[in-house]
Amino acid sequence: MSTETLKKDILRGGQFLVKETQCEDVFTLEDLNEEQRMMRESTKEFVEREIWAHWERFEKKDYAFTEECMRKAGELGFLSIAVPEAYGGMGMGFVSTMLVCDYISGATGSFSTAFGAHTGIGTLPITLYGTEEQKQKYVPKLATGEWFGAYCLTEPGAGSDANSGKTKAVLSADKKYYSITGQKMWISNAGFCNLFIVFARIEDDKNITGFIVENDPKNGISLGEEEKKLGIHSSSTRQVFFNETKVPVENMLSERGNGFKIAMNALNVGRIKLAAACLEAQRRVTTEAVKYANERIQFKTPIVNFGAIKAKIAQMSINVYAGESACYRAAKNIEDRIAIRVAEGNSHQEAELKGVEEYAIECSILKVAVSEDVQNTTDEGIQIFGGMGFSADTPMEKAWRDARIARIYEGTNEINRMLAVGMLVKKAMKGHVDLLGPATAVGEELMGIPSFETPDFSELFAEEKDLIARLKKVFLMVAGSAVQKFGPDLESHQQVLLAAADILIEIYMAESTLLRTEKNAKREGEAAQEIQIAMTRLYLYEAVDLVIKKGKEAIVSFAEGDEQRMMLMGLKRYTKYTNPPNVVALRNKIADKVAADNRYTFDG
Amino acid sequence: MKILVCISNVPDTTSKINFTADQTKFDTTGVQFVINPNDEFGLTRAMWFKEKQGATVHVATVGGPGVEPTMRKALAIGADEGIRINAEPTDGFFVASQLAEVIKNGGYDLIIAGRESIDYNGGMVPGIIAALLDIHFVNTCIGLEIEGNKVKAVREIDGGKETLETSLPLIIGGQKGLVEESDLRIPNMRGIMMARQKKLNVVEPVEAIHAMSDKTFDKPAPKGPVKLVDADNVGELVNLLHSEAKVI
Ligand SMILES: Cc1cc2nc3c(=O)[nH]c(=O)nc-3n(C[C@H](O)[C@H](O)[C@H](O)COP(=O)(O)OP(=O)(O)OC[C@H]3O[C@@H](n4cnc5c(N)ncnc54)[C@H](O)[C@@H]3O)c2cc1C
Repeated sequence: MSTETLKKDILRGGQFLVKETQCEDVFTLEDLNEEQRMMRESTKEFVEREIWAHWERFEKKDYAFTEECMRKAGELGFLSIAVPEAYGGMGMGFVSTMLVCDYISGATGSFSTAFGAHTGIGTLPITLYGTEEQKQKYVPKLATGEWFGAYCLTEPGAGSDANSGKTKAVLSADKKYYSITGQKMWISNAGFCNLFIVFARIEDDKNITGFIVENDPKNGISLGEEEKKLGIHSSSTRQVFFNETKVPVENMLSERGNGFKIAMNALNVGRIKLAAACLEAQRRVTTEAVKYANERIQFKTPIVNFGAIKAKIAQMSINVYAGESACYRAAKNIEDRIAIRVAEGNSHQEAELKGVEEYAIECSILKVAVSEDVQNTTDEGIQIFGGMGFSADTPMEKAWRDARIARIYEGTNEINRMLAVGMLVKKAMKGHVDLLGPATAVGEELMGIPSFETPDFSELFAEEKDLIARLKKVFLMVAGSAVQKFGPDLESHQQVLLAAADILIEIYMAESTLLRTEKNAKREGEAAQEIQIAMTRLYLYEAVDLVIKKGKEAIVSFAEGDEQRMMLMGLKRYTKYTNPPNVVALRNKIADKVAADNRYTFDG
Repeated sequence: MKILVCISNVPDTTSKINFTADQTKFDTTGVQFVINPNDEFGLTRAMWFKEKQGATVHVATVGGPGVEPTMRKALAIGADEGIRINAEPTDGFFVASQLAEVIKNGGYDLIIAGRESIDYNGGMVPGIIAALLDIHFVNTCIGLEIEGNKVKAVREIDGGKETLETSLPLIIGGQKGLVEESDLRIPNMRGIMMARQKKLNVVEPVEAIHAMSDKTFDKPAPKGPVKLVDADNVGELVNLLHSEAKVI
């Protein structure tokens, strides 16, 4: 991007909670440039021809076919989007990276997992932390698909507690290599990769260390059988055993003891990309479902005419729309932050690392929100198909099974929820995000007398914006009091943290959706955005409901007496609609449009 | 060898076709445009000549700025240069006249057009160009090989095929068979990036008559419900076929 368009005051990570964002400052799918649109078309063509046309093969544990598709993806350049040009890649921005990841991932979880594991956690640790020699040696091969990568963090005894692995790395007497011994589990792409990123512990270090390990069976590396899995049947997932595997010292990634940091930073990118990877699957499922609903006749009418089905189609559509809005908003923030750092003189590597780390909270939010949306969307997809949805001969059944993994890997959704709030609190403590000021203001407001004036809500989204601002106050009230009450012990009050996380997630998703629609409505007129406006209103309505539920849950768990009463009153006040939307009418409007188009058409 | 591939920008085959309220124009809202499939087969064959025989490949179209994404796709697939004649492609004669001008000035040896475009299915453009420029013409072309100046072309004819020998300069009306569907190329990421740097020249149209213009469009009447006739009731079936379907 050109430096003149660089805006230095873009929101920092987590600041969305305490600062108002102008709609002109968010990036939306409608803002894609011609080149990005072409990339998207190519991606869709590739998926249609090479992947979707053969979706049944992926259900038959055809691991070789997944590998073949990965090679073709390599030939077309899809594996090299994010790789810097100096190492044989395209060096494209984060938005383009997300875009390809999004549209390439919709047809089967088997391919999207292979793609994500290779381009994300399999390649990134080297591009982000590698030395010049390491990058020259490995990255060009990974970028073209000549080699494939895998990421070995998890062990039988170290899952969510990723830093507790027992795999050892012992320095040889001549100090020329490390000898790695240990057992890794659930390793995606293990069956066909050429290179592993391995995390192991040196002596009794507190933190693990990362290594680049070439796959060579003669070097003490062996694989377990393919795991039998609920879904993603053609994604290779195996245990990997290292038995005194010799790894040259120059293959250590970054420094000794830096492995946990590498692992976590690779996961930040992995998380937001996983969210993107759950979008196209939802578009596809929504489209398949509405096609079916238009054709399936019961009681002498297409089932799409039933209110029950319309509600589902509307829900599926707003899920995708909200996910798109939030993913691309965050993606552009990351891209801009990287550009700002480069302009400030950081190396590209450093800039990228810090740029993504900055938005780690948003990455966790997105991972949770979109992985749960894809679960719900595929679930309703099955429901719309009725008995046929339960049949393995239609694509709904496998979409549902494939979607399930997204809530587990790249950090479970429980871990990511707690991380999102935890990181935010940490940022506040460090002074990176001022939560204290706004939280105190909310506390004072709660003590005061509420205004009884009816605000002027005549402009588009005036009431919705006001509501979102108030939802932020709910979060500040709940999280602020919890921090005060529990101090550092907050960590052990997981259910409070989880409730706070849900509120945080809904705020980010609803706000992103609103900003996107507002931006497009300003550009194209409200009439052209009629359905998107309805989707925005419906999303917010449901977000408010969830905030009420979670807010209450948290408040009654730690506040008592007057304090509790005051907070519950505050909750009520902050979630009150002056003009509650007619959600049934909104749902019908959205569903009728999707039904008339016979597919999801809101992706810009 | 210098090749010009004539490209038409057409609605994707899955598009819903609608017309404006007064039925005089095609309604493009929500319609996705693509390279006309017959032209894409031709372009893919041209890429083969480029890679195997060192040909230079240009692409040309008649259309407004809205067709540029389609032209960029052709460049991303590998064409070297694009030419957009800045005018609405109203009728076959007008389009052919414009392309003939570009061909005359460009010194092309081989012109590859599609047998027809899948929007209006006029099927006239390559024939008119051949007549305007007085060059050889092979229509419904399903195979093309070139050695120096000599051309071997295969033409689809009713129930079979015909192999012809001719020479350059030549224009063909190409179709599937020039290459197969599986040979069609997905623009790769590098191609897309390079397309940005390739020339897409815009030239103004020359004077040419508009031989025809559209007045109104009518969609076929919607199909009526299916009538089921009892297997025993042959009399009624015959009656319906005679009086309603009017086929016997
Ligand atoms: C198909 C597949 C592919 C995978 N690919 C890879 C890969 O390529 N590389 C790799 O390294 N790993 C991979 N994984 C591993 C994956 O990242 C882990 O499964 C995941 O992090 C969870 O760890 P676990 O399975 O040990 O579950 P556990 O950590 O045992 O968790 C079990 C349950 O307890 C909860 N829990 C755990 N700790 C806490 C806590 N502190 N507070 C609250 N709740 C908690 C979890 O949320 C979960 O619900 C893959 C897994 C699968 C299934």
